[in-house]
Amino acid sequence: MADMSVKVCGVDFKNPIIPASGVFGYGREYEELFPLDKLGGIATKGTTLHLRTGNLAPRIAETPSGMLNSVGLQNPGIDHFIETELPYLLTKDLVVLANIAGSTPDECAEVAAKLEDTDVHMIELNISCPNVKQGGAAFGTSCEMAAEVTKRVRAVTKKPLVVKLSPNVTSIADIAKSVEAAGADAVSLINTLLGMRIDINTGRPILRNNVGGMSGPAVFPIAVRMVWQVANAVNIPVIGMGGVSSGRDAIELMMAGASAVQVGAAIFTDPYAPVRIVEEMNDWLNSKGISSVKDIIGTVKPW
Amino acid sequence: MKYTQGQYIIKEKSAIAREIYSFTISCPEVAAAACPGQFVHIRAKGFTLRRPISICGIDKEKGTLRIVFEIRGEGTAEIAKLNAGDLIDILAPLGHGFTVNPDFKKVVLIGGGIGTPPMLPLAKAYGDRAAAISGFRNASAVILQEDFRKTGAETILCTDDGSAGIHGFVTQPFTELAEKGGIDAVYACGPMPMLKGIAAICKEKNIYCEISLEERMACGIGACLGCACRTVRNDEEYFAHVCKDGPVFKAEEVLW
Repeated sequence: MADMSVKVCGVDFKNPIIPASGVFGYGREYEELFPLDKLGGIATKGTTLHLRTGNLAPRIAETPSGMLNSVGLQNPGIDHFIETELPYLLTKDLVVLANIAGSTPDECAEVAAKLEDTDVHMIELNISCPNVKQGGAAFGTSCEMAAEVTKRVRAVTKKPLVVKLSPNVTSIADIAKSVEAAGADAVSLINTLLGMRIDINTGRPILRNNVGGMSGPAVFPIAVRMVWQVANAVNIPVIGMGGVSSGRDAIELMMAGASAVQVGAAIFTDPYAPVRIVEEMNDWLNSKGISSVKDIIGTVKPW
Repeated sequence: MKYTQGQYIIKEKSAIAREIYSFTISCPEVAAAACPGQFVHIRAKGFTLRRPISICGIDKEKGTLRIVFEIRGEGTAEIAKLNAGDLIDILAPLGHGFTVNPDFKKVVLIGGGIGTPPMLPLAKAYGDRAAAISGFRNASAVILQEDFRKTGAETILCTDDGSAGIHGFVTQPFTELAEKGGIDAVYACGPMPMLKGIAAICKEKNIYCEISLEERMACGIGACLGCACRTVRNDEEYFAHVCKDGPVFKAEEVLW
């Protein structure tokens, strides 16, 4: 058995696999299938100051080797999270990354401030949701706005602050550098890529929101490229995600520079994917005689 | 256990109409937990998203589930390639099913097209206390009529073009039954215009009505919030989710 533990911003994870925000709710539904403590961590459903109802359906469309979603940050609000969901998650042996979002920098800071007196382990600030009109990707696609939101949240929290980046930008490395300079302790990437499908029989987009965020195996090479570029541009840890569906994918993303790996759409294909990925990583490490998963982080040898 | 995921053997496969298949799956622990109106989420080889298919038969003694599905696209076409003896990957039983009340003396089950299969377990539960109205495009699309008859339910068949049974929509014979009165509950699954029409009749006649909805979904268990459906609960508008809060809803809760 290889040592699967990793450390990100001083926080210990027993293994590097974390279900990504938005695919896993607050964990309860999947606990029917496996104990949550098999996971390294959980990135909770993106949570805002107040309850959000989200976008109209259809919110899901399939794509070749992937999918689109336009859920639109439906969530019960941060107070519900703190009162009902967080205490439950904190009884589990795993790292809780509270994914937070807001329509304005002030709102993001207000949500983060509410978490300050809780025992949540990390905050993942979502500046990259493509499915909301205000905030979301509007913050994450400009270096200035990304830095501004990060600064405002940094000012109200001592918790480790991970900023989740959008791939829908010209240079993700520049955005990463700007949030690092603004006080982020880590970055996570990639959020979904903006996409669209049309039902040719009706001429209407499949998603009621017309466009949505693309995820799944089809985006994996983009995630590897961006994680590699960002890991080379910043001095803070990178949490990688985007189309990871196997242990080999997770290892590839870690070689590209990720210190931990989030798993998203793969869970819809195989609900056991996060647990299976940990096992597959361990098997691969053992087969190579590598004693610790930490030893593969950033080991890619570029040509 | 509420639900589980695994690979189970297909015991029987048959084509029961053009591009409509029936699978009987040996899955004792799923059958033991399943209720009428619930669904199975099937993995289609080579596709990211599973396909939700309603449960058409539950045999707790034999430990089997029956599903009947139509090829709608590439994913269901892939599932239809499976044969008896093959393994099928299912996440099941999922969702909130129909309310079966042993005290009900007369119920009406209404299925439109591929919305007919989830009515069969209800017909089995209610037997001769049920009238099962099924509607199809034409005679070649008709399925499950013999299965309904075997349950003891009164069966009423309609087709859009009159090539089998009554010429017209299911709402016609249903309106006649509703006029006679004495109906304790109506259960329906099918196209949205059909469900909306049935819900309107039930509201007018003050008959309890449950309907089964369909929506594009990803996780199937209430985590991803993809399959939103506008409903009213406690006088407040609320985005319910077809996979977990449904697929069966009280008709009065749905905002059409």
